[in-house]
Amino acid sequence: MATPREIAVAAERRDIRNRWLLTSPALVIIALAAIGPLFVMLLYSFMLKGDYGDVKPWQFSGDGWFGVFLQRDIFDDTLTVADAHITIFWRSVKLSLMTTLATLFLGFPTAYFIATRPAKQRDIWLFLVTIPFWTNILIRTFAMQEVIRNEGIVNSVMVWLGLISAPIQIMYTDLAILFGMAYVYLPLMVLPLYASMEKIDFRLVEAGYDLYATRLQVLRRIIIPLVKPGIIAGSILVFIPSLGAYVTPRVLGGGKNMMLGNLIELQFGQGRNWPLGAALSITLMIIVTLALLIYVRNASKSGGGHG
Amino acid sequence: MGKAAIEAVGVTKIFQSSGQDSLKALDNVSVTIGENEFFTLLGPSGCGKTTLLRLIAGFDFPTDGQILLHGQDIATLPPFQRPVNTVFQNYALFPHMTVGQNIGFGLEMQGKPKAQVEARVAEMLRLVQMEELKNRRTSQISGGQQQRVALARALAPEPKVLLLDEPLSALDYKLRKEMQIELKRLQNETGITFIFVTHDQEEALTMSDRIAVMSMGRILQVGSPRDIYDRPAVRFVANFIGETNFLEGKVVSTAKGQAKIALAAGPTIAAALGEGAKPSGMVTVVVRPEHASVIAASGKATLSGKLENIVYFGTDTHYHVKLNGGGEFTVRHQNIHAGALAFEKGDKVGVLFGADAARVLRD
Repeated sequence: MATPREIAVAAERRDIRNRWLLTSPALVIIALAAIGPLFVMLLYSFMLKGDYGDVKPWQFSGDGWFGVFLQRDIFDDTLTVADAHITIFWRSVKLSLMTTLATLFLGFPTAYFIATRPAKQRDIWLFLVTIPFWTNILIRTFAMQEVIRNEGIVNSVMVWLGLISAPIQIMYTDLAILFGMAYVYLPLMVLPLYASMEKIDFRLVEAGYDLYATRLQVLRRIIIPLVKPGIIAGSILVFIPSLGAYVTPRVLGGGKNMMLGNLIELQFGQGRNWPLGAALSITLMIIVTLALLIYVRNASKSGGGHG
Repeated sequence: MGKAAIEAVGVTKIFQSSGQDSLKALDNVSVTIGENEFFTLLGPSGCGKTTLLRLIAGFDFPTDGQILLHGQDIATLPPFQRPVNTVFQNYALFPHMTVGQNIGFGLEMQGKPKAQVEARVAEMLRLVQMEELKNRRTSQISGGQQQRVALARALAPEPKVLLLDEPLSALDYKLRKEMQIELKRLQNETGITFIFVTHDQEEALTMSDRIAVMSMGRILQVGSPRDIYDRPAVRFVANFIGETNFLEGKVVSTAKGQAKIALAAGPTIAAALGEGAKPSGMVTVVVRPEHASVIAASGKATLSGKLENIVYFGTDTHYHVKLNGGGEFTVRHQNIHAGALAFEKGDKVGVLFGADAARVLRD
């Protein structure tokens, strides 16, 4: 005879086993589709590059990782810092941060506007914000090109108004990439911002005004602290894909203004250096993870608290 | 009533809702609220009481009319420029701040030095008996405590007028009773004018110095609780506050504050008139159930009828009398001492009340 305690323990064990069984299909897919490729990439980054792309299987070497920040001179074999790579890393981080800030400054008022509309109108505005998502990113990027190129709308109008005498070169600069990425990723900022703003009890705003806070003080002391989770979520959602952006810098930045995504693509394509490409990809992932960790730590430290 | 703290002069507020239909929330409302007064706006939901409060606070602006604070028109000032603070219905405490930070917020926004803010916060915490909870988050305290914090927060900047928008409605019965006493105490101690909005007549009667009864965007009657209860001017006021017997009748004659009314139910009775009232034709007379008594049928009785029902309430007993001339009349007897009831269902009885208990309504 089993004691009640034994029966309970057995039932719990059975429960746990069932849970594992039921979740196993999902776990298998995650293992194969997400962790598997990452593992392959890690493996490739430590192998010798093949002569025509690919890698030489099971011939291990540190060359891939070596190449991330260093380069070997082709004549005398001296090691120098890979300036080009550093420039590209820096441009990626800088442009991603600027994109995040730009979308935050554009997205905040947009989200506030939507959140303060009557309930019925909000859905329409949200729908409008998400429309660009329905279009292929390549087409959206080319549309941006039409706006900012030398014969595009912005330059034509400014010349016509006499603000400038000759078109300003925006295409193929960092600024063009910034414009493009801010445009492409803006909805990713607006939606989480809206989600947290919608939850705000606007009587808190009234209470702020009632207690002698001016509009700016209400924004700074009440609205922003309450929307903080949305600001953090939106920033993560914009910063991370910006860092790995490929299409936008390719189209708007031209060949000179590469970002990390383009550099990685280059290694797998014309560069025929898969180990370097794999090492660069993992480096990008490490940067993203570090950025996320910093965010998460900051978020939990201040945890809605405000002095 | 001393000097006026708040005066509303011909205030009208029309809400334009998406073009076609507009809502007249306030219709030419004028009222004067004295300094250091506990003034209550009483009425059913949708009567305009909260709208009037929001106009005084500055969250909305009147379509027409003036709102004066100590004689100065403030109707167009934004809320942060008015020395008026509000206790919101659901408190609207800032969830990202502690109790102490909430209370100090107004002073901080006024740019008071930190030491002064700290001292005042401590003083307010003491006033509402919450000293130990200064560093708690507002989500970590009970409803009654949140209520106290909301009060302390609104009182901390020493407003000229404190507005309270149904602040007790979210509390349970016992806590509500406690807070009623607490509010009255705070008003006495601070000497600030309180404007209190409620739909609860009992709350209004027990706490207020004066009450304004509102309906459909208008103020129907302003007066002390006793005025409002004992001398209702119009049917709505008589009906909204307490229970009332309505008797229809025709004016026979009027003389200095009194009228003779021939009731539809038969007898002719004397009833008090409102100040300056000169009624004629068909009128309504009201008698509060506790101002009349049931007696044995006799010539002394004002009205006579048959006892239809007796309902025992513990503290008092309600007698429902079917009047001989038609209509019903309810009498409330206080159960002064225990014992058998004097009457039984079906008895022929008389109803007795004096001329001062009966009152002719204006409408």
